[in-house]
Amino acid sequence: MILKALFAASATAALLLALPANAAELTIGFSQIGSESGWRAAETSVSKQEATKRKVNLKIADAQQKQENQIKAIRSFIAQNVDAIFLAPVVSTGWDSVLKEAKEAKIPVVLLDRDIDPSGKELYLTAVTSDSVHEGEVAGDWLAKTVGAKACNIVELQGTVGASVAANRKKGFDTAIAKHANLKVVRSQTGDFTRAKGKEVMESFIKAEGGGKSICAVYAHNDDMMVGAIQAMKEAGLKPGKEILTVSIDAVPDIFKAMAAGEANATVELTPNMAGPALDAIAAFKGKGTVPPKWIQTESKLYTAADDPQKIYDSKKGLGY
Amino acid sequence: MTALLPRRGLAQILALIVILAVDRVVSPQFFDLRLQDGRLFGSLIDVLNRGTPVALLSLGMVLVIATRGIDLSVGAVMAISGAIAASLADNHSLAVVLAAALGAGLICGLWNGFLVAVLGMQPIVATLILMVAGRGIAQLITEGRIVTFSSPDLVWLGNGSILGVPVPVAIALGMLMLTGAVVRGSALGLLIEATGGNARASELAGVGTRAMILAVYVWCGVCAALAGVIAAADIMGADANNAGLWLELDAILAVVIGGTSLFGGRFSLVLAVLGALIIQTMNTGILLSGYPPEFNLLVKAMVVLAVLLLQSPKLSGFAGIVTRLRGTKA
Repeated sequence: MILKALFAASATAALLLALPANAAELTIGFSQIGSESGWRAAETSVSKQEATKRKVNLKIADAQQKQENQIKAIRSFIAQNVDAIFLAPVVSTGWDSVLKEAKEAKIPVVLLDRDIDPSGKELYLTAVTSDSVHEGEVAGDWLAKTVGAKACNIVELQGTVGASVAANRKKGFDTAIAKHANLKVVRSQTGDFTRAKGKEVMESFIKAEGGGKSICAVYAHNDDMMVGAIQAMKEAGLKPGKEILTVSIDAVPDIFKAMAAGEANATVELTPNMAGPALDAIAAFKGKGTVPPKWIQTESKLYTAADDPQKIYDSKKGLGY
Repeated sequence: MTALLPRRGLAQILALIVILAVDRVVSPQFFDLRLQDGRLFGSLIDVLNRGTPVALLSLGMVLVIATRGIDLSVGAVMAISGAIAASLADNHSLAVVLAAALGAGLICGLWNGFLVAVLGMQPIVATLILMVAGRGIAQLITEGRIVTFSSPDLVWLGNGSILGVPVPVAIALGMLMLTGAVVRGSALGLLIEATGGNARASELAGVGTRAMILAVYVWCGVCAALAGVIAAADIMGADANNAGLWLELDAILAVVIGGTSLFGGRFSLVLAVLGALIIQTMNTGILLSGYPPEFNLLVKAMVVLAVLLLQSPKLSGFAGIVTRLRGTKA
């Protein structure tokens, strides 16, 4: 028994020693979409941090939201014979030929944050993405647990109509609260994922629901809309976080500021750390030949006021959100 | 005031009343007003408050359109001025913040005016340049993130009140009166209309058309910058990716609903602002109605179509023929 434990410990130690040595030689090219949002900027800076932590040489190419730039970047990575390519695809189709070139050059490709068209499944090693249906479920489960048995009228601020993230986050939330008859979404409108629209829509919800007295909780598909909605509630003389529960998704720094002030209750994180799991998968694949599963799901972690929001705000605000 | 509100405003006023009535039906408490923290509170106030950015944009846009031009860059200018205001707000006085933000709008307007009036570019192309580049400039200023601020002075511009009236509404009203006084209190309005009606003939008649065109784009830039500051003050932050996005189209729509022709010439400031209010009354009504958001744009399109049909000269001619035919039959 002791021997076994010793053996396991030494194996782990060997692995720990071996990993950095292996990783030190790795050069990885990362074709990033561009700076479309604060989250994207945070993803880029976290990727750099994670690469430095593992002593990986990460080359980031900014595609400025254009697929042709991403294809060019991938071709140049292939020409440089990098050890692996990370790709955050700006669109889901049109990758077949360039990914075939990577496959022929025996360079593994890992997709970050977004998936590509199912026909290209054999063209990449693995995809590290979040499950946005699950994010909605986590939000719904938290609300159901917090509310308990009392009746609760929920108003929902949807993301942009037609965006898959918005549809998924709605679906997940609806599934979670469907199990509880006391929870009901009474109003649902799009706030286009922005603060300004979130505020405007919340203002109208408050008027339509008798000054907001009958609203028990607000669910927003992203934190930015919630920040706007919180302002609307405060201006209407309501107390968000106390009289009206709030739950939203993304975990951007400003929602933690609101949480620290007692004006927001919960957020579900869409982690900007997609590169961490991807780097681990590549290290294992290169080192021991371990083929990772086709989909690595990132954790959708729930944060509440109990998680020291001020500290999280301080740690997140420098990431470029 | 009678000079500001011509007889042709009837269709717009009628449309506004009908939409208000519909809003009252979908939301029985639509006309309820109360005081909340010294500020009027109610759906009607929301309409005025939320309508302010587009109303301000339409004040500049209507003058540009009167010269037979168009300014597609106003949304981007809003993003720039908002970004500047938010970045400076916490370390500078309100006067400095406003001067910098409005100054940026003025420069943007000068740039557009220079391209159109001096280089003779087509307005739609000339302002498209800034529409695209402007948002990029705003993103450079904010580094792609939402810049927040807590300066109480700037926040007051978005959320404060004067005698219960929200500050943005008061500002818009002030700007309408100022623009009206300058444009209609002098021959300026007439010269702008002449420039739009026939630039060549006006120039031969001694109108400084180049100066007129330059001036209207500058004013449009300043109005857009003011709208941008108010939009940023409202959410206590500058969102360069989304501030003023597509609002240039709402502003053009407001001007058109206000009965000003895209071919230039006669214009009305009051009716353009009324057009902005019609759009916002409809938007607020849609939000209050509780319809699924998939219907928003469809409803909006149908109402706009109806308002424009009301104004169509051909259609009113058709209606006239119908009544006359009925008259002869009877």
